[in-house]
Amino acid sequence: MSYFLQQLINGLQLGFVYALIALGYTMVYGIVKLINFAHGDVFMVGAYLGFFAMANWALPFPVAILVAMVGCAVLGMVIERLAYKPLRNAPRISALITAMGVSLFIENFTNLNFVFGPAPRAFPRPFAVRTFNLGGVSITNITVIVFGVSILLMVALTWFVNSTKTGRAMRAVSMDKDTSRLMGIDVDRIITITFGIGSALAGAGGVLFGFAYPQIQPLMGIMPGLKAFVAAVLGGIGIIPGAMLGAVIMGVVETFTSAYVSSTLRDAVAFGVLIIVLLVRPTGILGRPGREKV
Amino acid sequence: MTQQSNGVLLSVKDLVVSYGAIRALHGISFEVGEGEVVTLIGANGAGKSTTLNAVSGLVRPSGGEIRFLGRRIDGKPGHAIVRLGLTQVPEGRRPFLGMTVRENLQLGAFNRPKSEISETMDRVFKSFPRLKERLGQTAGTLSGGELQMLAMARGLMARPRLMMLDEPSMGLSPILVQEIFSIISEINRQGTSILLVEQNAYMALRVAHRVYVLETGEVVLSGTAAELRESPRVKSAYLGE
Repeated sequence: MSYFLQQLINGLQLGFVYALIALGYTMVYGIVKLINFAHGDVFMVGAYLGFFAMANWALPFPVAILVAMVGCAVLGMVIERLAYKPLRNAPRISALITAMGVSLFIENFTNLNFVFGPAPRAFPRPFAVRTFNLGGVSITNITVIVFGVSILLMVALTWFVNSTKTGRAMRAVSMDKDTSRLMGIDVDRIITITFGIGSALAGAGGVLFGFAYPQIQPLMGIMPGLKAFVAAVLGGIGIIPGAMLGAVIMGVVETFTSAYVSSTLRDAVAFGVLIIVLLVRPTGILGRPGREKV
Repeated sequence: MTQQSNGVLLSVKDLVVSYGAIRALHGISFEVGEGEVVTLIGANGAGKSTTLNAVSGLVRPSGGEIRFLGRRIDGKPGHAIVRLGLTQVPEGRRPFLGMTVRENLQLGAFNRPKSEISETMDRVFKSFPRLKERLGQTAGTLSGGELQMLAMARGLMARPRLMMLDEPSMGLSPILVQEIFSIISEINRQGTSILLVEQNAYMALRVAHRVYVLETGEVVLSGTAAELRESPRVKSAYLGE
């Protein structure tokens, strides 16, 4: 039983990091119907920004998260303006291929020696790892921080989208762009903000990922990015709570597979879940057929 | 009805709009004066919605000019045009279905200061008391008539000087059509000028001060509502007399 709880906690920790990435996929899809394949690479850049903030500039951990969030928000908005905005009225496949191109560009550019370089780096631990024992289940202070920061960010995002003027405009734009314009909403600006927010969350996810699984390298965004994408589809792409739910399921399924079956089957089972859900419920767990929301 | 035009609000001159190779508007011209109700009538495909969408900045004209309060607005983005005091209540109402009535109204006031929103809402409820009871409901639960009222109320939330309405009577029962048109007249009496696009020529001629008849992308007739009610062409083609 305690082994089960232990694995559940490990799974939730991974799931929360996936959730921070999945939210960006789902928000961007909700608003421009684009799968932003460069999103996993933004997550990677976030991990590096956190790394530099702590290792090179000796900034405290909370500030490192902020640096990564701001840096990634800027990166996300620049990608949107340079790569996707010119294709706003082009066929969707053009934007999709461009997204793959941006992804490959970021991976290979950061792999260069004068950028991040291909060698993996050890992510700094700003404090000693402490383990608390709760009835046979050990929880580290790292897990507590990953849980705390992710939950805080998800609550903040939910509040922002549901209760602020900009959040309301984001939902409006995701439903009907022309009518949003008739309300006086600057649709391009809202799209850019959406990319910024999604990328900031991925940046925070990158720092937490490096913090929890302390090794980073330029291709580290590929797998978590793909898993988070699957999580977003699993929950119902375009739906914010769906991304959170799908990500937690992915994290838990993956961890349980490693713990109870075999760690080599982990990815196969995770993607198998996607196939099953798409067969049974193609719009995802929370998705309603024929309707899409942010 | 008397014509109370003491200044031109909207002036459209030789407006041309094309969708690809297809020309939807072949250079139409019309004006809306301060305080007026002006109607564009015409059959399906005559270019009425295209005209409104060009004025609202949703489609880009390929020729001609559009002025609002004397300033060129053609080529400006849609959101900037709303800010000048020119809103459109679109065809099909286009509510944000998943949102509440309150959120829909708040979106209508997107560019207005937060401090005036509740006051504007109270003023709008005087014309649409039923919406007040429905504030917390999602728009998806409203009836067709209520959705039309929501769309008009949402348009008024921007406190426009000129409100354009695209087919407000579409799909509504005769009693509701009467109600909607009497509200339109009421809104006009309170100081908002109206540009109305309608297939229901009978009702349109009753509320309008002036009328333009649009056929296949051109203005073929124009005049006061009283004049056009007597026009044999309008009588046979639009009033079925």
